[in-house]
Amino acid sequence: MPESLTAIVDALPYLLGGSLVTISVVAAAMGLGFVVGLPLAVGQVYGGVVVRAIVTVYVWFFRGIPLLVFLFLFYFGFCTTLEIDVSPYVVAVVVLGLISSAYQSQIFRGAILSLPEGQLKAARAIGMSDFQAIGSIVVPQALRLAIPGWSNEYSILLKDSAVTYALGVAEIMARAHFVATRTYQHFPLYLSAGAIFLVLTWLGTKALRLLEDRVRIPGYSPHLS
Amino acid sequence: MTAPILQIKDITKSYGKKEVLKGVSLDVNRGDLKILIGPSGAGKSTFLQCINFLVRPDKGQIWLNGKEVRCEHRRNLYAYRQKIGMIFQDFNLFDHLTALENVRIGMVKVKGIPKEEAGQRAELELERVGLKDHMHKYPAQLSGGQKQRVSIARALAMDPEVMLLDEPTSALDPELIGEVHAVIRDLGSNGMTMIMATHQIAFASLLASEIVFMEDGKIVETGTPDKIFNDAEHSRTREFCSKITDLYGER
Ligand SMILES: Nc1ncnc2c1ncn2[C@@H]1O[C@H](COP(=O)(O)OP(=O)(O)O)[C@@H](O)[C@H]1O
Ligand SMILES: [Mg+2]
Repeated sequence: MPESLTAIVDALPYLLGGSLVTISVVAAAMGLGFVVGLPLAVGQVYGGVVVRAIVTVYVWFFRGIPLLVFLFLFYFGFCTTLEIDVSPYVVAVVVLGLISSAYQSQIFRGAILSLPEGQLKAARAIGMSDFQAIGSIVVPQALRLAIPGWSNEYSILLKDSAVTYALGVAEIMARAHFVATRTYQHFPLYLSAGAIFLVLTWLGTKALRLLEDRVRIPGYSPHLS
Repeated sequence: MTAPILQIKDITKSYGKKEVLKGVSLDVNRGDLKILIGPSGAGKSTFLQCINFLVRPDKGQIWLNGKEVRCEHRRNLYAYRQKIGMIFQDFNLFDHLTALENVRIGMVKVKGIPKEEAGQRAELELERVGLKDHMHKYPAQLSGGQKQRVSIARALAMDPEVMLLDEPTSALDPELIGEVHAVIRDLGSNGMTMIMATHQIAFASLLASEIVFMEDGKIVETGTPDKIFNDAEHSRTREFCSKITDLYGER
């Protein structure tokens, strides 16, 4: 067996262990981004001047600074200076999550704005408060429309998560780097890392496509109505 | 004579510089069917939506059962809107819900009726509009006429005292208009108070208790169908009536 192949086989369990870390970081960050991003979107569409301004600044802030800068700022800046004891893993999730919330808010905002205005009107007309109308009419429809954008966000977040290796999070990239510098098998290891990312991207987008089919409204196509 | 169920006084509304309603007043008695007619852009839709504050009037007052509606208090507004059913030209059914869920959701979310009880009532309302067999279909799986009947059932489930109908058949293919008219006629004979904008002259002259002709943000003339269609005072009313009679066929 050629040396490079042996290197891949030897390192594979270790790298796959890293992919579990990657998946958990990405899943947690997507989750955080969703929980923060959805209210941001609602605020930006339906909020008053002040709320809209706050969301705009928030989105600008988190989309405008490179991920690596944020990671170092939080980990070495905040946490070290304020002597807060958090793991790189937590910092990675929080930073990726907050950045993702900015992007996700714009996905949801677009989805909300693409709904016909009559949906909200009809909800109000039967006596729903805005809160009820948004919660039970607007959001359930907007989330369905947001899945393709969400799929896109997943693949970006997945790739971005490799940057967290700079903090020492033991994800795929960090582990590939670790083995490569010890065995000098750079080419096969980074190739393996890349392949694992490709598989994860495919799996994730596939899963979201299945979800999209599952929650599809029978007979409904927003572009035909 | 009993007091009007709904009194609307001097509603004005502008969009920017454009004055869309220039002081519109209307008294509606219990069981009335008032038909709003008038050219496109007259302000009929805006007026109807001002009545349940989907559009905020700039000025004016509304009384329901002699009590002034104070829409600046949200609770009052939500309670008032339950009593005013609204039917839209393009149905506005909730696209992600089945017919049954469309009818049920207001009872559950707004009135706080338990889901099961609300579901039974929803079935009853759908039966009333002839759609029990279609109750598990989604709006996209229904015809226009069926959608409009679901939307009527949805409004009725809230136990409204007045119904506002904004050209309920304008988006329908001609062969589907009849089924919706039949439901509205039923409502009328059961004593429902209604204000309806429509171009359907035949329907209007048969069932209206009063025709209200609007133009350019004002009520030009009101009267019985016979008077408005055959013997109107204003030339504008006569012109408009002859035009829609040509367009919408025999009366
Ligand atoms: N949201 C709005 N913004 C600006 N102008 C509006 C709006 N809604 C209606 N209008 C204008 O108000 C006028 C009356 O419209 P509408 O009430 O829809 O008339 P109708 O229902 O009698 O056809 C029209 O000139 C229309 O362009
Ligand atoms: Mg109109």
